[in-house]
Amino acid sequence: MSLFDAALSTHAKSLSARSQRVEVLAQNIANADTPNFKARDIEFKKVFKNTLEDTMKTTHGKHMELAVDDSTDGMMYRIPFNVAFDGNTVELNVEQAQYGKAAAEYQATVNFLQDNISGIRKALRGE
Amino acid sequence: MALDNIFGIGGSALNAQTVRMNTVASNLANAGTVAKSDAEAFRGKRAVFKAILDEQQNSQDNNKGGVKVTEITDDPAPIKKMHEPSNPSADKDGYVYLSNVNEMTEMVEMMAANRSYQNNVEVINTARQLMMRTLDIIKS
Repeated sequence: MSLFDAALSTHAKSLSARSQRVEVLAQNIANADTPNFKARDIEFKKVFKNTLEDTMKTTHGKHMELAVDDSTDGMMYRIPFNVAFDGNTVELNVEQAQYGKAAAEYQATVNFLQDNISGIRKALRGE
Repeated sequence: MALDNIFGIGGSALNAQTVRMNTVASNLANAGTVAKSDAEAFRGKRAVFKAILDEQQNSQDNNKGGVKVTEITDDPAPIKKMHEPSNPSADKDGYVYLSNVNEMTEMVEMMAANRSYQNNVEVINTARQLMMRTLDIIKS
């Protein structure tokens, strides 16, 4: 089993973190016209660190901790360039760009997973 | 899984924008109406949006997050009255009360709702593509 774990676990976990981010951005775009709505975003590093707790442990006193703070789930409020006068901080252009980027990153992770799986398949077939 | 929530979020936004577009259509249709008194005059309607936050979610709601229309409010702009004694709806002093709808504002509102609707359709489309790509992992 360790072969599959080693090959797939990192990307599988990052896939779930990435889909979370896509969801938060979709939420921002859905609320682009809601008064007083504050746009949010997820810092990928924090979510990923939480999901990878066991693999990223420090095992020696001289090891450096990953410099992120655990107090939040990685969800943060976006700092807008301009605040709309109804108190909404969603900037549609920013959100669209981020959504496109997040979708591309998700697809990249899917590609990595696909490569890993086809690699394992080749090894199993003995080609 | 987080990706299928996007269909709920995007769907709620499409619904909210449709309500907004409907209020605009109703405002434009009633822009030319006149009434007998200030109280009866047509007032422009506005949909008020509110974000559905995770923490306020009740268990019956199957989609997580999104946006909803909480109420439809009247435009507070003052009602204009016009002296037109020949109009059948004129009051005893010969005045009719016009609606407070501003056509220009309504057109802008309609375009804004239209754009927001398109945005959310794009969001749903992208999410669908991502899901299909994910399902295709098995085929690799």
